[in-house]
Amino acid sequence: MSALSNIIIKELRELLTPASILPIIIIALIFGSIGSSMEGIREGFDEQPVLGYIDEDNNYLSTIVTTYLNNNSKVIFNSTDIADKSYGLDQVKQKQGVALIIIKQNFSRDILNDNRGEIDVYWIMRGAGLFDAVSSEVVEGTISSLNKEISKILIQNNTTINASIALWPTSRIDTTYFKDREIGLSPGAITSMLASQSTFMPIVIMMLIIFAGQMIISSMALEKENKTLETLLTLPVKRTSIVTGKIAASAFIGLLFAVIYMFGMRNYFQGFQMSEALNLADYGLILTSQDFVLVGISLFIALISALALCMFLGTFAKNYKSAQTLVFPVTMLAMIPMFITMFADFDTLPLALKGLLFAIPFSHPMMATRALIFNDYLLVISGIIYVSIFAIVTISIVVWVFKTDRLLTGSTRRKKIWMFKKKRI
Amino acid sequence: MAAVEVKNLVKKYGAFEAVKGISFDVNQGEIFGLIGPNAAGKTTVLRVISTLLTINSGSVNIMDLELSKKPDEIRKFISYLPEDAGAYKNLTGRRYLMFIANFFETKNTREIVQKGIEIADLDERIDDKVDTYSKGMKRRLLVGRALMINPKLAILDEPTSGLDVINAQEIRKIIKNTARQGTTVLLSSHNMLEVEYLCDQIALISEGKIIEEGKPKALMEKYHANNIEEVFTKVVQ
Repeated sequence: MSALSNIIIKELRELLTPASILPIIIIALIFGSIGSSMEGIREGFDEQPVLGYIDEDNNYLSTIVTTYLNNNSKVIFNSTDIADKSYGLDQVKQKQGVALIIIKQNFSRDILNDNRGEIDVYWIMRGAGLFDAVSSEVVEGTISSLNKEISKILIQNNTTINASIALWPTSRIDTTYFKDREIGLSPGAITSMLASQSTFMPIVIMMLIIFAGQMIISSMALEKENKTLETLLTLPVKRTSIVTGKIAASAFIGLLFAVIYMFGMRNYFQGFQMSEALNLADYGLILTSQDFVLVGISLFIALISALALCMFLGTFAKNYKSAQTLVFPVTMLAMIPMFITMFADFDTLPLALKGLLFAIPFSHPMMATRALIFNDYLLVISGIIYVSIFAIVTISIVVWVFKTDRLLTGSTRRKKIWMFKKKRI
Repeated sequence: MAAVEVKNLVKKYGAFEAVKGISFDVNQGEIFGLIGPNAAGKTTVLRVISTLLTINSGSVNIMDLELSKKPDEIRKFISYLPEDAGAYKNLTGRRYLMFIANFFETKNTREIVQKGIEIADLDERIDDKVDTYSKGMKRRLLVGRALMINPKLAILDEPTSGLDVINAQEIRKIIKNTARQGTTVLLSSHNMLEVEYLCDQIALISEGKIIEEGKPKALMEKYHANNIEEVFTKVVQ
């Protein structure tokens, strides 16, 4: 064997360890599953939209509209009487429809008199994630096609109406029902406005958890590598103080990094949202000072639980290098809720995914802002309670580990005694 | 009252029994040496006594306090120097001593630190970062750290390990002086000459068991040996 191949084989053996391969495989699987989800969204675009309509006009051009809707969508309710509006809305809600379209009186006459024909669209919005916007986007596409259909008829008939009316003959008023709120916007506009929360916050929280987590795991690893841990453990200081001190310092630096990071990210996202002139506050979609306190508590508790978890993992670290691998599980636990909350709304998730999202402590601050905008205090407060319990239990486990031999020897004698006792029973 | 009383101490790492029922007493104010080859169990015994490791069976009393019941109390008056101990690299020597002193007394912190600086004898380098110290300087700082608090019991694991002759001699003198001031010293070493020079009482340890114990001179007479190294060889054979 040549010297070169000898070195290459040695390097490969050192670099290709389970610890280095596993993260790559898991990341590939996660991105693969995201890709599959995207394919699901694309298939959603091919499906016919489920909707209802009321043709108040019931005239020449409105019939073109209703015929188009009947042919190109799954109509679950139709009427010509505006008095049926409430019933129609209930039907759309019950049958998982997306919208109730009302073609207003004089729709045909207005268009033929050089005015845009009015359409009211009552949207039923179930979630504010990007996945949830698919069905409303399909209806948007249908409405756009409707306009083209009417335009075609008007142009074919050589009418003398204004060209701009002929090219876009309808005007629309949107009303969206979402989480017990009535908002004068389309779901697309609402989703777009909330996108800042659903992308910005999860990314910042993920980065915060990874920064702070890496710090505390590295701190533990360095204590071991630099052989300072043994001295620390023989000093007259309670194990709880050592654990709390490390967590508090890492939390402080983590928050500091997050603030710096947040400024950069905010500018980054604002750069993309220049064209969005809509403001959440104009539609009452704002956080009160009480809501901000809840978001802060949720974030703080999640950070503490992340640090406690990292500190527990840090007890397994043999040196600084192994600490880098140990950050990986926490990174995954931060990335999974980040992706889920970016693309979907908690309320519209399947039960198993809801359970998973709730169980991951870092999900809660990621979901808190959007939940509080829509007054979902139950989710946020129950999340804070759950994460607090998680943090307390994890810290208790870490303190217990500090009282055993695990830190120095990698094993806990108490565990063996417990197992031994159990066998005797 | 003995400063340290160890009775039938057993310590296992999984299935491996590192210490197999060791018993010995260390009297107050004496320097007691545990001597033995690598992996004899010396460090494990010292780690147990310094409250780092739990025990499987037996008992350890330090200044009449039971180790398994009162570890927090015991930590207030002991000081442990691990064999390959380090200090926080980003701190200066002075800041490191201050960090340690703050765990002990709030009133006399400055005096404690000053004593640590004197023992370490690093001159102006005490205000440099630990990261810039040589191995000998680091060890002196750590000896200073261990002895500055006037511990009732100083547990020193291979205190001169890896040091040159001059630095090793300096540290031996410091240990002797500390014992004269009333501190009980329990140390381990595989340097037989060092033990002969330093210790009032020694225990020879091999494969987790004490195979001989006594005063260095008495042991040399008993085995007709010129030094402890010869005693150890004869006992092991």
